[in-house]
Amino acid sequence: MIAFVHRALVSMLCVCAFGLAAPKAAWAALEVDITQGVVQPMPLAVTDFDVGETPDPQQIGKQMAEVIRADLERSGLFRSLNPEAFVEQSPSVDVQPRFVDWRAIKAQALINGRVQILDDNRMQVEFRLWDVYAGQQMVGLQFAARTESWRRIAHKIADAVYERITGESGYFDTRIVFIAESGGRAKRVKRLAIMDQDGANLTYLTDGSYTVLTPRFSPTQQQITYMSYRGGVPRVYLFDIETGRQEAIQSGSRMTFAPRFAPDGKAVVYSQEQGGDSDVFLMDLRSHKRVQLTRSPAIDTSPSFSPDGKRIVFNSDRGGSPQLYVMNIDGSGVKRISFGSGSYMTPVWSPRGDLIAFTKQRAGKFHIGVMRPDGSGERILTTSYLDEGPTWAPNGRVLMFFRENPGGDPYLMQVDLTGKNLQRVKGVGAASDPAWSPLLN
Amino acid sequence: MSRMKSLSMWAGIGLLAFTLSACGTGRRGEPAPLPPPPPPPEMNDDFLPPPPPPPPPEEGIMLPPAEATNDPYADMQVLPGSIEDFHNAATPIVFFDLDSHSVRADAAETLAQQAAWLLQYPMVDVRIEGNCDERGTREYNLALGAKRANSVKDFLVAQGVEPNRISTISYGKERPLDPGSNEAAWAQNRNAQTVVIEGATQPL
Repeated sequence: MIAFVHRALVSMLCVCAFGLAAPKAAWAALEVDITQGVVQPMPLAVTDFDVGETPDPQQIGKQMAEVIRADLERSGLFRSLNPEAFVEQSPSVDVQPRFVDWRAIKAQALINGRVQILDDNRMQVEFRLWDVYAGQQMVGLQFAARTESWRRIAHKIADAVYERITGESGYFDTRIVFIAESGGRAKRVKRLAIMDQDGANLTYLTDGSYTVLTPRFSPTQQQITYMSYRGGVPRVYLFDIETGRQEAIQSGSRMTFAPRFAPDGKAVVYSQEQGGDSDVFLMDLRSHKRVQLTRSPAIDTSPSFSPDGKRIVFNSDRGGSPQLYVMNIDGSGVKRISFGSGSYMTPVWSPRGDLIAFTKQRAGKFHIGVMRPDGSGERILTTSYLDEGPTWAPNGRVLMFFRENPGGDPYLMQVDLTGKNLQRVKGVGAASDPAWSPLLN
Repeated sequence: MSRMKSLSMWAGIGLLAFTLSACGTGRRGEPAPLPPPPPPPEMNDDFLPPPPPPPPPEEGIMLPPAEATNDPYADMQVLPGSIEDFHNAATPIVFFDLDSHSVRADAAETLAQQAAWLLQYPMVDVRIEGNCDERGTREYNLALGAKRANSVKDFLVAQGVEPNRISTISYGKERPLDPGSNEAAWAQNRNAQTVVIEGATQPL
């Protein structure tokens, strides 16, 4: 099913830009600077998509609008106006909207669209983003896909709107792989699971008969690397999303854990334990050749590549407490970067390269924070009894992580880089170790 | 009929697109030529295969520390070399200090008793399971649990137990003995447990 939806969209037929005359100056007003922390979200109107005369048994036009509204609102940058205030419920995409009606309800942006259900289970979707005050179209796109893919088309439209207004790439047409948890704390069942970024389409990938931990997406999308206790020895595995096939990256009795893909998806960096000592290793997935990158008797774990593939940040207690270190990919040039009070763990390099997110433990609390790769500019974004394991949205602007209250179940949270837009991820119960996919094709 | 309908619709869209793009600009302010719509893609239904059957359950379920009970058969002879015999001879668990894998003095006493019993029953193999409290990350705790398990193994080996009789595993913070979130629970959960996995005398 997952594979199917993918293929359907990879071969998505056509994304065409429509453009009404729109001089650049006219749309300067409709901009959101997402680096400053938005205090006043931009009010926008997303109308139910026009379905015309075509049969729409699933009310796709209405549901797509709901998905788009939810995506944009969740970003914290937009406030979706109540459709009950709209003068026209599903304005046609063939004519310019009556901007005066939309100005009257203080909408700065308007999104309308049309869904045409074709025969043989296909549909065609058009949408337009309008600058209400300038009276100009900013984006016009057309998609064709199978009708089952309507949610993904809606996410793509939300991405197009986000991208056009913020100037940053979007992150809505993405998925999250994570650990779904159930049962009591002492005997928790942990299953590998995957869902859309908004919590829809949750699918379990393992059956819970063995514990799995710390899944991460491949930048090439069709693979997950994770740690599994299947077969008794805890090891790093690869999971092929299309075929469901899973295999350990190395045999033997040594524990391997904390895997992450290289930016090209062709290698995995991870920890291997021997005689109690954990060191960082790099394995080429094609040749299965291994290189040992650290050799300290201390704990060396949680390695993460820089997006240019040249450096690795990792967690080590070689200095007496868990701290963050950066090294070159041949293991040379090791340099400590975290110097604040407390412990620093699970560093994750941003896909933009400008920041490293981490888990910090200090004075009985846990935090998610970010710092520059040289260790400067530390900023703490969250605080709780346990906040752990940040993962970056592909645009490097939003982080997801998991939170646990004393004695409670873990759940997924997300926060933007300003720290102001903190919210629980809906649609999923007890869950941990989220990992964000790249933008899907 | 359906073919006619879709053809005319495509034509309509193509015309609309052409009209709009001819006089318009693209998203970067440049003219955006609208390519003709390609034919609809072919797609295969490709379902995720069902997950493989679960593997057989792992051996060596953790037993709680032995305690005095009201069991009327408690006076009966325990089978020498049995798991129960091991639990009578030595506590099968030792505890650690915060973020430490050093064997404490009280643990050393317990481990000396474990070693003495293991030396008495050389057919028995054990697995040392290292565990951590919840105040750390998953990955760091997997490494710390491995250090704890190996500290215990090293101690037993130093007492003369053959190293190949002892395997180790880390469960990190995934298997707390006490589900609580307080100092007492954390102290319980920072442990290494010695589990008999093979060679114990079985009752008839």
